[in-house]
Amino acid sequence: MIRIDFNRLRFLIIDDNAHMRRILRTLLHGFGTREVYEAEDGAAGLEGFTHYSPDIVITDWAMPIFDGLELTQMIRQPGANNNPYVPIIMLTGHSEKKRVIAARDAGVTEFLAKPISAKALYGRVLNVVANPRPFIRTKTYFGPDRRRNANPNYAGPERRKGGKADVIKQQPLLDKAKTNA
Amino acid sequence: MSQKKADLAAVSTFADHEVILPPNKLKKAVQKAKPGAKPDFDPIAQAEAALAELAEDFGKWMDQECIRLDTARKAIRSAGVTKATRDALFLAAHDIKGQATTFGFPLVTPVADSLCRLIEHTPETARLPLDLIDRHVDAVRAITHKNTRGDSEVNAVKLAERLRHVTEEFLAHENRDRPEYLESILAPTIAPGEPNA
Repeated sequence: MIRIDFNRLRFLIIDDNAHMRRILRTLLHGFGTREVYEAEDGAAGLEGFTHYSPDIVITDWAMPIFDGLELTQMIRQPGANNNPYVPIIMLTGHSEKKRVIAARDAGVTEFLAKPISAKALYGRVLNVVANPRPFIRTKTYFGPDRRRNANPNYAGPERRKGGKADVIKQQPLLDKAKTNA
Repeated sequence: MSQKKADLAAVSTFADHEVILPPNKLKKAVQKAKPGAKPDFDPIAQAEAALAELAEDFGKWMDQECIRLDTARKAIRSAGVTKATRDALFLAAHDIKGQATTFGFPLVTPVADSLCRLIEHTPETARLPLDLIDRHVDAVRAITHKNTRGDSEVNAVKLAERLRHVTEEFLAHENRDRPEYLESILAPTIAPGEPNA
């Protein structure tokens, strides 16, 4: 059985609603976390991300200035910060299908629809810590692998081209981005 | 300065994509318990207990959210529908949608959800139906403040259903020339449920 030592994790909560920040902080402290930092909008969140180097970001979607989706896209800019791979948990009142897909395509690691519960939050954190996914970079996407499971029955077109036999030796795009930054 | 191997991402480069295995910085927090060992600490129960201690403030917090929603509604009435007044109303309704159940007012959640849909999916902001917005805001406040009455639950459910029905009819009419959009907002959610944590 895998357990998480929350005391070894540093969290950044980004939510414009003070009540929700308080609830999240309370839950995380309840899990055993000591280091919980807060920001009240996307801009402050980005600043906090740079300043505190959190292990996990929990962000709301709907916020003034720039929202949680835009924040995710900024964090997932290779070369723009020290940790573009940071797990991002999107905690939001949005639950429509198109919203979930948009969050996934922005590079969100886990989606958690409100109302929040201790069990659901714990489950998302457990997943990002114990089951980290590889990252995928294409011309249009950089983020956690959106294919959580291999589907042996998938019959549609193969959208990723080039098996192992087609490997092209080149400088990793991430390093290129850092070099050019 | 050279980096340690453990700090580097492993990158496999393919024709049109890269697969990157980032350094696992969170491995430090993973603990593997021995099979059969009884955990001495239940983090979920502990967090729920901590949240329960906050619960005495939830009624007050819900009142504050209702006041914020009412203020936003009045601003739309007095200043008209602008991006600022519309966004303020949406954010207030959206926060109630996300928090009401946690605060112990689950019957408010569907009303706030209906109001969010009304604001978000009315294509022309100028055509937002202010009377229907008023009905939603009044319902949120009424259900919140009568939450403890025994017979109020049935009425609250009926009221929420009626508001949702009227809202969906309105949205169907307003989006009648956008069938794909209409279909997208009627699609069932794919938000993952609670995991077996």
